Amino acid sequence: MNKQNKGPLVHIVKRAALPWYGSWGIRALAILLALVACALVTTVTTGENPIAVYAAMIDGAFGTVRKTWITFQNVAILLCISLAVTPAFRMRFWNIGAEGQTLIGCLATASCMILLADKVPNWLLICVMVVAAIVAGAVWGMIPAIFKAKWNTNETLFTLMMNYVATQLVAFFVIYWEVPKGAGKIGIINQSSELGWLPQLGNKYLLSIVVVAIVTVLMYLYLNYSKHGYEIAVVGESERTARYVGIKVEKVIVRTMVVSGAVCGLAGLLLVGGINHTVTTTIVGGRGFTAVMVSWLAKFNPIFMVFTSLLLVFLERGAGEIATDFGLNHSFGDILTGIILFFIIGCEFFINYKISFRKAAGKEE
Amino acid sequence: MKKIIALLMALCMVFALCACGGSQAPAATEAPAAEAPAAEAPAADANPYADVKLGFIFLHDENSTYDLNFMNAAKEACANLGLTEDQYIFRTNIPESEECYEAACELADDGCNIIFADSFGHEDFMIQAAKEFPEVQFCHATGTRAHTEGVANHHNAFAAIYEGRYLAGIAAGMKLNEMIEAGQFTADEAKIGYVGAFTYAEVVSGYTSFFLGARSVCPTATMEVTFTGSWYDETAEKEAANKLIDNGCKLISQHADSMGAPTACETAGVPNVSYNGSTVAACPNTFIVSSRINWAPYYEFVVNAVVNGEEIPADWTGTIATGSVLLTEVNEAAAAAGTAEAIEAAKAQLVAGELHVFDTAAFTVGGETLTSYLADVDTDAAYEADTEVIADGYFHESEFRSAPYFDLQIDGITLLDTKF
Repeated sequence: MNKQNKGPLVHIVKRAALPWYGSWGIRALAILLALVACALVTTVTTGENPIAVYAAMIDGAFGTVRKTWITFQNVAILLCISLAVTPAFRMRFWNIGAEGQTLIGCLATASCMILLADKVPNWLLICVMVVAAIVAGAVWGMIPAIFKAKWNTNETLFTLMMNYVATQLVAFFVIYWEVPKGAGKIGIINQSSELGWLPQLGNKYLLSIVVVAIVTVLMYLYLNYSKHGYEIAVVGESERTARYVGIKVEKVIVRTMVVSGAVCGLAGLLLVGGINHTVTTTIVGGRGFTAVMVSWLAKFNPIFMVFTSLLLVFLERGAGEIATDFGLNHSFGDILTGIILFFIIGCEFFINYKISFRKAAGKEE
Repeated sequence: MKKIIALLMALCMVFALCACGGSQAPAATEAPAAEAPAAEAPAADANPYADVKLGFIFLHDENSTYDLNFMNAAKEACANLGLTEDQYIFRTNIPESEECYEAACELADDGCNIIFADSFGHEDFMIQAAKEFPEVQFCHATGTRAHTEGVANHHNAFAAIYEGRYLAGIAAGMKLNEMIEAGQFTADEAKIGYVGAFTYAEVVSGYTSFFLGARSVCPTATMEVTFTGSWYDETAEKEAANKLIDNGCKLISQHADSMGAPTACETAGVPNVSYNGSTVAACPNTFIVSSRINWAPYYEFVVNAVVNGEEIPADWTGTIATGSVLLTEVNEAAAAAGTAEAIEAAKAQLVAGELHVFDTAAFTVGGETLTSYLADVDTDAAYEADTEVIADGYFHESEFRSAPYFDLQIDGITLLDTKF
C-alpha cells in the first residue's frame, strides 16, 4: 500500500453564497429526492402505487372547492402563529410558547362569548372579544419577556412552561362550563343565536384568510422598514452593540414579545370566534410548535412563510386523505411528511456547505 | 413597496385561479357520477342499495377499543347489506372541533347520503352540518340533543348498554364469590375498582349498573370509582387501575377507551371485566368478559329506512333483543365456574321484563329508597332537571332519550375524585 500522506476521502467546505438559482435548485432536487424516497417506502411497505398516493395527497388538499378553502384557512391560522413567533426569533429570543399564547387568546374569546352573550349588543361583544384575545395573548407573551429582561431567565423553558399553564387553565374552564354536566366539553358556544361569532366575508373561510394576509404585509413592513424592526435585528445580532448604540435592550425584548403574544392572541380569536366557536385544550393542535418550523424554514421572512406554511398544511391534509383513501393508518401519512421534511431541512446543509471528494491518487500526480 | 404589493396581487390571482380550477374540476367529475345512479335506476330493482353511500366519522383509529368497535360494526353492516367498497368512506382521527363539521361536509360533497359520527363531542358539529345539508341524514351515536333540537335530519342513537353492564357485573360478582370461597380475602373485603372517564351520566349509569349486577350475586360487594378526565388516555387509565389495586380492589372494570386498565390488571394479576370488546388476546389470565354495543343493527336499520323512504326516529335505543347489546365470550381461564349460564339466565329475565336493572328496591341513595326522581333529559347549560323517570318501581333508563341519564350516586359506591 502506498503510505504517502493523504487528505481525508471526503471533506466539507463552507460555500460562498450561492446564486438564487443554485440554492433553489438544490431545494427542488431535495423535494424530488424526497418524493422518490417516499415512493420507495410506500411501495415496499404498503404495496400501493406511489403516484396514486401523491394524487390522493393533492386531492386531499385541493380536491374540491371546500377542501381548497379549508386548506387556505388552515394555512392562514398556521401562518398567523408563525408570523407571531418571527419577531422574537429575529431577536434571538426563542419563544416556543406560541401554543399557550394562542390558547389563552382562545380562552379569552370563548369567555367573552359565554359570559357576555346576552348582556351587551353583538357588535360590542365582538369588539370586547378582539381586545380580550389580543390583550390575553400579549400578557402571556409579556410575562416571560419581563423575566428575561429583568433577571435573564431562560426564555425557552419559561415560554414552554407557560404552555402547560394555559392548557390547565383551559381544562379548568372547560369543566366549569361543560354541557351537559360531567361531559368534559363545552360544545359550540351560542349555536342557535350565533352571538359573538365573527362576521363572514362572502363565505365562512375568507375572513381568517383576509385578516392574516393583512397581518403578513404589516409584519413584513414592521420587520423590514420600521425602527422597531431594525432594533430587533440589532438586538438579535449582538446585545452589546445594541446597548452601545443606545438601544434599550430590555424595552425591546418586552415590546417584541408583546407583539408576538398579541398576534398569537389574534390567531386565537380567529380560531374560536371565526372557525370553531368552542374551546378545548387541544384546539391549537400543536400549531404553536409547527410555527417554529415554518418560521425557520422561511428564514424568518414573512413572505416566504406563506409558502412554507402552505407546504406543511398541504402535507398534513394530504396525510389525512391517504388514510381515508387507502385505509392506511394516519401514522403512514405522518411518516411521509417526516421523510419530506427531513429532505427539505437536510438540503439546507448542502446550500451552506459543499462536499469535496479526494481526487483519485493516480490522476493527482 | 410597489414590488411587494405587485407580488401580493400576483399571489392573490394565483390563489383565485387555484380556487376556480378547484371548482371546475370536481364539477366535471361529479356530473357523470350524478348521472350514473339515474342511468342505473331501472336496474335498481335488483339492488336497492345501489344509491346508498355511507360516510363514517371516527374520533380515533383502530388503536382505540371504542372506535375499533364502531369500525368493526360499520364493516359488518356494509358486508351484510352487500355494499361495495366505494359505497362507504371511513374518516379516522377526527377531533371534536370544526374539523368534524368539515369532515361531515366533505363526506356530503363526496355524495354520501348518510353520515355517522361516533363520538359524543361530535354532536354540535354534526348539527351544524345537518342544517347545511338537509337532504343528507346525520346519525350521531351517544348524543343527547336530537329530540330537543328539531333538526329533522339529525338523529341520536345509543343502546341499553346498562343491561349489558349488569350482566357483566354478574360475572364480576361470581368471580368475587369464587375468590372469597378460595380464602383469598373475606367477604367484607370484596371491593371492586372502576376506572371512569368523566362524571358524565353515561359513565355513572355504566358503573352503577355494573355494580348492581355484581351485588346481585355478591351482596357484600362495594366499589370505588376514579375518573381520568379523558375518554382516551392510556397512561392515566393504567395509573388509575394501579391506584385502585393498591387501594385493595380485588377486581377492576373500566369505562374508558384504551388498553390502559386491562394491561395494568394483567400485569398485577387482578381480574378485569372489560368494555367495548374482548381483550383476551392481551390479557389471557385476567380477562373475564366484556360488554359491548354492537352498532351494526343500527347502521343497517338506518340504511334500510333511507332506502325505503321511512323516517329515522330522533332517538333509537338498541336492546338485547335488537342484537345491539352483546357480551363477548366468557374467558373460562379467568371466570368463575357457571358464569356463562348465570349470564344467560339473567339475560332471559331482562328480555322478558321480569328483571329491571335500576329496580328501586335494589339500591338506596343516602339511605333512602327512591320513589321519584327528576332527571336532566333535555340538555341545557343550566343542567335543569326536567323529566320524571321513576315509575312502576324502577328507574326508566334510555327511554326518554337514547343516551343514558342515570346520574344518581347510590350507596355502596365511593367516588375517589369527582373533579371531572
